[in-house]
Amino acid sequence: MSEPGASPLPLPLRLVEGLGAQVLDVVQSLGRFGRFLFEALVYIFVPPFKVGRVVERIHFIGVRSLTIVILTGTFTGMVLGLQTSLTLARFGSEAFVGPAVALGLIRELGPVLCALIVTGRAGSALTAEIGIMKISEQIDALTVMALNPRRYLIVPPLVAGFIAFPLMTAIFDVVGILGGYLVTVELLGLSAGTYFGEMQTFVDIGDILTGFWKSLVFGIVVTWVCTYKGYYCGHGAEGVARATTQAVVLSSVLILVWDYFMGSVLP
Amino acid sequence: MIRVGNLHKRFGPQHVLRGLSFEVATGEILVIIGRSGGGKSVLLKHLTGLLRPDSGQVLVDGTDITRLRRHALDRIRERYGVVFQGGALFDSMSVFDNVAFPLREKTRLSGVEIRERVEERLGQVGLSGVGHKNPAEISGGMRKRVAIARALVTEPEVMFFDEPTTGLDPILVNTIHHLIQDLHRKLRFTAVMVSHEIPEIFQITNRVAMLHEGMIVETGTPEAIQGSSNPIVRQFIRGEIEGGPDPREELAGPRPRASSGAQP
Repeated sequence: MSEPGASPLPLPLRLVEGLGAQVLDVVQSLGRFGRFLFEALVYIFVPPFKVGRVVERIHFIGVRSLTIVILTGTFTGMVLGLQTSLTLARFGSEAFVGPAVALGLIRELGPVLCALIVTGRAGSALTAEIGIMKISEQIDALTVMALNPRRYLIVPPLVAGFIAFPLMTAIFDVVGILGGYLVTVELLGLSAGTYFGEMQTFVDIGDILTGFWKSLVFGIVVTWVCTYKGYYCGHGAEGVARATTQAVVLSSVLILVWDYFMGSVLP
Repeated sequence: MIRVGNLHKRFGPQHVLRGLSFEVATGEILVIIGRSGGGKSVLLKHLTGLLRPDSGQVLVDGTDITRLRRHALDRIRERYGVVFQGGALFDSMSVFDNVAFPLREKTRLSGVEIRERVEERLGQVGLSGVGHKNPAEISGGMRKRVAIARALVTEPEVMFFDEPTTGLDPILVNTIHHLIQDLHRKLRFTAVMVSHEIPEIFQITNRVAMLHEGMIVETGTPEAIQGSSNPIVRQFIRGEIEGGPDPREELAGPRPRASSGAQP
């Protein structure tokens, strides 16, 4: 930055200066973002452990999202079953509807859609809650009590996300497969034996593990982004609102980006 | 003993604290007065280690807390109690749990002992029987008193009050001032208090420091401050608004006649 009172820089140099300042700002933010996760991961293994708080966060992130996850999972499976049946019927391959629904849900749609839904319901609430604690000095109050706020506010949601996301994804997959069953078997007349029998043939443990690893990573990404945005939110109600929007958008983008990379790396 | 030496803090181009220095003796109450936005809360955040200065020292019993790492700073903070401007009560907890929280987290007291201690503190601030309520269900004055009870529940050696009576009616202001005075007599803590309540605050304090434009311009007993010849202090205490002579110019000495005569 140019010194106050110094003669103004020529325009090209000012542009370079502005660009440099922005690059530094981005690098600094990324460093803080990474360090935030690293510190939280370290605190997971350092006592005292806040088990009660983790259980409460699992309830907040997982149990309270259950209705919406079951609802969306069912309809996703129903849509998937309907469209797959109609498409495969053109090739006379209706027998593969079951595996198509199951693989689509277990490998891709289950982890991704479940993570997006939980981001919208619990992630945004997490950011808003921590953001309000920040602007109302509750985080400062924890700090001056010689208590590390990250132990109370960041570590429990992170651990809860780690536990709840795979479970929620498993529920999403199961109800999705049952939704597909409702449409293809009960509505379109495919035999139940064909629907489930072919599923057993084509879906193996590798597919299930792919979905599991994805949901695990999404659990960390969502809680990491949402707690970070709340912890470093701006001033006032506007700052909290902006942080909440950014948390949902960034989480959603990262979920889709990570899904691609994990999908291309995992078997 | 707290000693602040040549403290500087900038936020971007804004130079909030400009070489500020003062001392607080063990067991005394020091009240910091000054105009809104003058850096009083920023100063308290430096004393509690929430902010680090650009330069200068905050010595607590000879230890410069501005250079301490988190764990060492936490050892100092364990001796602190802080009452924030808005109370900073945890809104997800009841009043009882708010006051009990530091005891549950920082001590090995049994549930019965914690209950006794919390009830005692709530009783001292006149809030017996409201422990089950949430902070959102009680008035602003009650929230301030809960915040005081929470800050005092661990029996701290040093208390910081950031405008503990702002926004309250005159009766509540006096109630809280007397409460702080009573608790100070019983617990003998050292206190630094930021307040705008003039002249009421003079009744409970040992010394007053006037903060103006990032510097302490005068310290003294309440009587000395009230009788101060410093134009900045005089203007602040009397609540005079703009229109009179600019205190900064008056401090700098008499203005040239030609300049003053040029005023319309």
